[in-house]
Amino acid sequence: MSDPVILFFVLGLTAGLCRSDLKIPGVLYESLSIVLLLAIGLKGGVALSKHNPADLFAPILIVTLAAMLVPIIAFTIASYFGRYKRADAGALAAHYGSVSVVTFAVGSSFLVRQSEEFEGFISVFLVILEIPGLLVGVALARWAATQTRWGNLIHEIITGKSIVLLVGGMVIGYFCGEDGAASIAPLFFGLFKGLLAIFLLEMGLVTAGRLAELKKSGIFLVVFGILMPLLGATIGILTAMVINLSVGGATLLATLFASASYIAAPAAIRMAVPEANPSLSIGASLGVTFPFNITIGIPLYYTFSQWLLGANQ
Amino acid sequence: MTSRLITRKLITIICESCLEGQITQASIKLGARGYTVCDARGKGAHGLRDGSWPEKGNIRIEIICDEPIATRVLDLLVENYYQNYTFVTFVADVGVLRPEKFQVI
Repeated sequence: MSDPVILFFVLGLTAGLCRSDLKIPGVLYESLSIVLLLAIGLKGGVALSKHNPADLFAPILIVTLAAMLVPIIAFTIASYFGRYKRADAGALAAHYGSVSVVTFAVGSSFLVRQSEEFEGFISVFLVILEIPGLLVGVALARWAATQTRWGNLIHEIITGKSIVLLVGGMVIGYFCGEDGAASIAPLFFGLFKGLLAIFLLEMGLVTAGRLAELKKSGIFLVVFGILMPLLGATIGILTAMVINLSVGGATLLATLFASASYIAAPAAIRMAVPEANPSLSIGASLGVTFPFNITIGIPLYYTFSQWLLGANQ
Repeated sequence: MTSRLITRKLITIICESCLEGQITQASIKLGARGYTVCDARGKGAHGLRDGSWPEKGNIRIEIICDEPIATRVLDLLVENYYQNYTFVTFVADVGVLRPEKFQVI
């Protein structure tokens, strides 16, 4: 049985390809993203309230270091095999080093459908992983350049909408705990999948618009957009084994490592590496990697995690 | 009525929405007293800019100021942004009723 949220994505994609006049108003898209980001933050915060945050210090450090490998691999592949110039390879690295919140949400909804338990604190990794990959990507792009305004860039990423809402939701969830959050649970947890479905309808429409651009960029970008999540997921599962996550947790960590940003990274990269061609990186992350992850990738990472970790549990 | 109008320059900048903060702040530093920003959509050398995704969004910035400030703002745009960003800029003479609102104190 198919996951309805994926079918909403397919509906959006089909409508976009048929050039339907269907449009999700920008205000609705913004509102949905606010609710989804807060909901993910709250969920993580509630889960965190059941743990001692100090216990997470070592896993966070290991996950952050492992995640920095992803942009370095992406940069190497894009510059050596794709023969992209430094700015474009760095921009691609930043997009793949950062993470996608919606892919994460689809991953957790997939695990719920499989009745697979996962550690709630994984969303802490979601918040943290948004930042280092982006910075590594920018550093690679601007290796020899002198005029990068690092202060402005870091300020922009940290005060960006997604980090503020995720961290804010997490803090609120942590202090309220499960009982305190019960009063707002119907909106943020009860309606979550329905709201995610409408968001994915919009994502389908946007992805359809990117496919035409992708044709111009050539086959390399398509191969890159599929190869990178597979490499990222492998690093993610291996890291999950090191920090002793469950099969569900490993699947979600793999999903995070496999995902590429298409909201936070494009905005940050446009300012930090203006000479990079934005349609290359967003074409790969939104046109190839996002649909690949939500349709084939996540079930595949789940199977891999079961295979590698299942025997130990 | 028209005799009461004083001529000032109206700079209209149509550019990527991510530049809003930088350009407006820089214009104020260069002496502009204010600005107006609205969302914009359109098609040009960089294809369709339909605002379907944040990165596909354009804005239209309007600044009314003295000619020397207009020149400084245009220089800033050409030196820092023209090479890498989507841009259309034009300047027109406009009549304003309260010229003191648009000049450096």
